[in-house]
Amino acid sequence: MASNALVVGELAEGELNATTLELIGAASRLGASNITVALLGGGASGAASKAFEGGATKVLTSDDASYDEFRGDQWVAAVQNAVEQASPDVILLAQSHVGRELAPRLAFRLDTGAAMDCLNVEDDGGAVKATRSVYGGNAMATYSFVTSPAIVTVRAKAQDPLEPNAGASGETGELPGASDSRTTIAGREIVEAAGLQLQDASIVVSGGRGLGAPEGFQVVEELAKALGADRAAVGASRAACDLGWYPPSQQVGLTGKVVTPDLYIAVAISGASQHMAGCSGAKTIVAINKDPEANIFQFARYGIVGDYKEMVPALTEAIKAAK
Amino acid sequence: MHFVVCAKQIPDPETPPSAFKIDPQKNEVIPAQGIAPVLSQFDSIAAEAALRLKEAAGDSKITVISMGAESAQAAIKQVLAMGADEGLLLNDPAFTKGDPHTTAKVLTAAVQKLGDVDAVFCGRQAADWDWGQTGLLMAEGLGWPSAIIAKGVALDGQQLSVERVLEDGYETAQAPLPAVVTVSNEFGEPRYPKLQQIMQAARKTVTTWTAADLGLDAAEVGEAGSRLRLEKLFIPEKEGKVELMEGDTATEKAQALVKALQGAKVL
Repeated sequence: MASNALVVGELAEGELNATTLELIGAASRLGASNITVALLGGGASGAASKAFEGGATKVLTSDDASYDEFRGDQWVAAVQNAVEQASPDVILLAQSHVGRELAPRLAFRLDTGAAMDCLNVEDDGGAVKATRSVYGGNAMATYSFVTSPAIVTVRAKAQDPLEPNAGASGETGELPGASDSRTTIAGREIVEAAGLQLQDASIVVSGGRGLGAPEGFQVVEELAKALGADRAAVGASRAACDLGWYPPSQQVGLTGKVVTPDLYIAVAISGASQHMAGCSGAKTIVAINKDPEANIFQFARYGIVGDYKEMVPALTEAIKAAK
Repeated sequence: MHFVVCAKQIPDPETPPSAFKIDPQKNEVIPAQGIAPVLSQFDSIAAEAALRLKEAAGDSKITVISMGAESAQAAIKQVLAMGADEGLLLNDPAFTKGDPHTTAKVLTAAVQKLGDVDAVFCGRQAADWDWGQTGLLMAEGLGWPSAIIAKGVALDGQQLSVERVLEDGYETAQAPLPAVVTVSNEFGEPRYPKLQQIMQAARKTVTTWTAADLGLDAAEVGEAGSRLRLEKLFIPEKEGKVELMEGDTATEKAQALVKALQGAKVL
């Protein structure tokens, strides 16, 4: 059993982000009795209380604002310090731009292995086992670790947080301030879609290469609007983004965003495993595709076979009429 | 300048899911009949990035390295046809069934043996096992800075400037050479070699190095040296019970869908 877990947390605008709470939940389900959360950046010590409420037993922080702009070499040094303090059997990170870079670097320095982008992590008679999607989602693979600690990055929303325990507290400790970095960040540009964010939407309508032209996204956007601007957002397949038809920030898939809405409507998307890795967690998938053999129908609960140019405007009208 | 491109040959990710089979006893993917393995797409984009830097810098050389079976020569030749100068195959029975740790160990040893490398380019991940670790593990092993998930790369003297894709935007990171860069699909399409280039590449000799050539012990590479053990490989069950909307017109089908979604309390 993993008795000591280290969670590398992340802050958004100085607040603990949702994924960190999911990682604490995963650590708890592994049976860890000590769950240490490392937090770096402005607001870190202030965010400790939320980590305790989420199930952390100890929180290590550095409020050094140099950590706000993630640089792998600075962060890995701080997390190595947290490893010395927490002596973890398992280290959990998010599959984010932080975890993607930190997990392999940490694995090298601790001479152990890292399993990336895992959907599940479990305790199997004292051994950590991590399950992840491989071959673009065509197969799943379960790994065990030959060496300790086990390093696991977890896909967002794949794990549930614990019920918050209001007023919970625990031990706190310090992490060192940022060391010098060999990397300079010359500029950073945040590209946020206007309105509702993809990951927050309860309905996602996505378009793919089958739209045939960037103009195809207009009918997709109209459908999303009819479903409600407060709950529906527009996504796109990697093929559509690579063709320049829609902003890469809206890409749903293995190398884009992972969404878990109540309803996912895939318009003119073939259903390549690469794409399904980003949306298969949706509660209900609807496919609109002119090819009845399209792979997407393997995943969909409901389907319409037909040309999106006719079907999507008809659906938009039907939804407006049903309101 | 001497740039290295790491290239991996993988089963074609466009293989239809119906032709995708695994051997649950051996925990291996069974190659689909009649579908040739391909160069991992992210690696061809990494090659494109290196080629553009070579063209901008002038007087530069690109070596393409692949760890794999003899068949991986095809992946090497593809990058040679795109414009790389030399090919290097790292082939040894001891290298098989490894994990990211052992793959990076072998590639790192090759870069060290080459000796004069200024930058290494990898795909952001290979489209088979999707680890996304090799480039970073190489950076650690070589002691070099890294910039991952690049959509643009430029060189100013000894300073590398990399435009990176983040979850919610972009950043421009600068690091001194030597460095490791991993490249993402946002970089753009790789070039297609011309027939003449393909024929020239076919005639080029690819050097092969084994574990012994790299000074590596069989116990520290491949399955023996791995930090991760693949316990189980399986194909997830799909629901596969789609309900197709009936109707003579688009409107009828759309209304049937709205009704079904309302019935299931999704709308």
